Amino acid sequence: MGKRVAIVGTGQTHHRSVRRDVNGQELIHEAAVRALQDAALTIRDVDGVVIGNMDHFEGINYVDCWSIDGSGGYLKPTIKLTTGGTTGATLAIAGYHMVASGMFEKLLVIGWEKNSESDTTGAISTCADPIIERQIVAGAISGLALEAQAYMHRYGATPKDAARVSVRDRRHACNNPYAQLRGEITIEDVLNSPKLADPLRLLDMCPRSDGACAVIFASEDVAEKICPAPAWVLATANRHMYSDYTDVVEMSSLLSMVEASRELWKKLNIREPLKEVDVIELYQPYSWAGLIWIEDMGLCKKGEGPRLLWDGVTDMGGELPINPSGGVVATNPIGATGLIRCAEVALQIQGKAGAKQVPDVKLGVATGFGGNWWTDMLALGKKKPL
Amino acid sequence: MERVAIVGIGQTKHEARKKEVNFAELVYEAVNNALKDAGIGIGEIDNVVTTCNDFWDGRTISSMATGDVSGARGKNVSVVEGDGTFGAFYGLTRILSGAYGTTLVTAYSKGSESIPYLITNAAFDPIYMRSLGLDLVTACALQARRYMKRYGITEEECALVAVKNRGNALANPNAHQGMKITVEEVMRSPKIAEPLKAFDLSPVSDGACCIILAREDRAKKMSPRPAWVKGVSFCADAYLLGDRDLSECRALEKAAQAAYRMAGVQKPREEIDVAEIHDAFTYQELLWTEGLGFCGPGEGGKLVARGATAKSGELPVNPSGGLLGAHPVIAAGLIRIAEAARQLRGDAGGMQVKEDVRLALAHGVNGVCGQSHCVWILGRN
Repeated sequence: MGKRVAIVGTGQTHHRSVRRDVNGQELIHEAAVRALQDAALTIRDVDGVVIGNMDHFEGINYVDCWSIDGSGGYLKPTIKLTTGGTTGATLAIAGYHMVASGMFEKLLVIGWEKNSESDTTGAISTCADPIIERQIVAGAISGLALEAQAYMHRYGATPKDAARVSVRDRRHACNNPYAQLRGEITIEDVLNSPKLADPLRLLDMCPRSDGACAVIFASEDVAEKICPAPAWVLATANRHMYSDYTDVVEMSSLLSMVEASRELWKKLNIREPLKEVDVIELYQPYSWAGLIWIEDMGLCKKGEGPRLLWDGVTDMGGELPINPSGGVVATNPIGATGLIRCAEVALQIQGKAGAKQVPDVKLGVATGFGGNWWTDMLALGKKKPL
Repeated sequence: MERVAIVGIGQTKHEARKKEVNFAELVYEAVNNALKDAGIGIGEIDNVVTTCNDFWDGRTISSMATGDVSGARGKNVSVVEGDGTFGAFYGLTRILSGAYGTTLVTAYSKGSESIPYLITNAAFDPIYMRSLGLDLVTACALQARRYMKRYGITEEECALVAVKNRGNALANPNAHQGMKITVEEVMRSPKIAEPLKAFDLSPVSDGACCIILAREDRAKKMSPRPAWVKGVSFCADAYLLGDRDLSECRALEKAAQAAYRMAGVQKPREEIDVAEIHDAFTYQELLWTEGLGFCGPGEGGKLVARGATAKSGELPVNPSGGLLGAHPVIAAGLIRIAEAARQLRGDAGGMQVKEDVRLALAHGVNGVCGQSHCVWILGRN
């Protein structure tokens, strides 16, 4: 059996649409140093570095090698993982397994992206099969619009329901000093913002950001010595269901979320996630995901997402607050985004979330979304696992 | 530490251009070969790690192409970007973590659909270095010169590696550049980047490889002759070429020492029976044999010259022909692991160095001029 693993430190950059003051390595460095400071460690204490982003946003090949000066990976084991939008969550899951293996005691895990240096939609469009699909798939927005259309059609939800999700997250983001978009918006603001791909409007969508996040995973042998209240990794689950866009036959729900969450709840012995989970940081690239995917993870029945939103169940102060950080519609440095979810849940468990803090968090869940309708999930808890 | 073994290996035939298959079909063949080799079905695979590189594939989220064919549907899966040895490392830790009993690891490249100059040029700093026109070949030419000048290594000694490995590749049914050549032919081959000549360079191949790792209790029910993982480590050096002395390989030394320590290897040259290493260029095999401790600094040339690394030598290096025999870029290191496992099983056919192989080494590289190395020690017991 492997080692138990906890998060003992987290760090984020101040995320902006453009960070002209730093290059990529400096951006990475900013997050890495903050995570080390948070754990009161130095880079000498760290056994290795796990890093990830999406290559074609910055156009840098072999990022594990290139990033050494920023990551501190000099003469250390350094490895890169990348899975598209899920990258950040994939990195966290890797941090867990590598430390649990006993091969590392303390591992620095870094996700980053400098999207201002990219043609984001151009780069994303090349994920489609070059022969059959690339001519018809344009970036992330059109695919998500298809999901929203299918969901509206099947369950009768409205753009106003989705707008409620954006309003929630943007309000939450006002409590987050690192968030890119800090400023409340109204339902009307969302419904009157420019239409991008029917039914999606600008304020339904995430921005793209420059930012990095670093998380230190430590084994049970040292975790409690480093940090009096570490956030223990309780379980992970993921599904990358599809290879091609044309494989996706059911668009009104996210099947990878259905399968991954089912596995996660089973591992955690959870029957009623809405009651048993204290906080969720959902990788929600657009407002509609805040309706559809919470149904898919079993917080409510299909079609009931809007009711949960309007009842305030997922607001700060609600039964199960979602995205106290403001989530992805406020900040989205893509390769870091999933890891930020994990870091934010860790802060909640540690009671270090400041104005974002949800009271008495014992169990939190972080998710990642990306690739071809893929989901990666982690559960973190206050209590050391048995 | 829990014991883990390699219970299945599968490769495609590696060729200059595999026009008839796409990435998915390429990997599918290797996966099926590995499952067949292990004598199991995909149902016995608990989780999957694919290895990819968006630049070599000309595709964002390139792992999209090979998840399904690696059997990832309905399973936990992850993706390492870089050489296959690094992907296999993560696959190993997923077993050691206690989460899974088996991991299937794949890696592939289609060099025929790539423009290596642009792809490896993109590894250099975009502001200061890229516009100089550096790519893997020209940067490695700088490394070759520094190494040769410092230690008096000759072009002929480098040529011996080309002769040896391409000759070895003749016995490898999957290799792409098996040939009988002479030192004179290597010396006369066209200059690519001083001091490197055409035969000093590995080809860029199309091909895929798959290995299946299993925890001891599962392994014993599968392969009759598993190759046990005894030690493994990896390490990265500084990024800027000017921050390193390119005639040294500190990262490799560190990775090798850690892997040896884990495997209980004290005298690598005497204890290791065969090594499959990342010979992207002839001089690199010499330099890496030094970093691995097979000889002292600057002695790599003498080592090959006296035949120590020949198939029949005291420490055969790359009996499969190495990368000089076939180099499907991202799969290169995973193929080294597969070939090392084959030697331990004693079923390497014409490549078999001797009957009684007890300890084998496999090695992979990420980045330019060997910036990051991964070293595996595999054993029969």
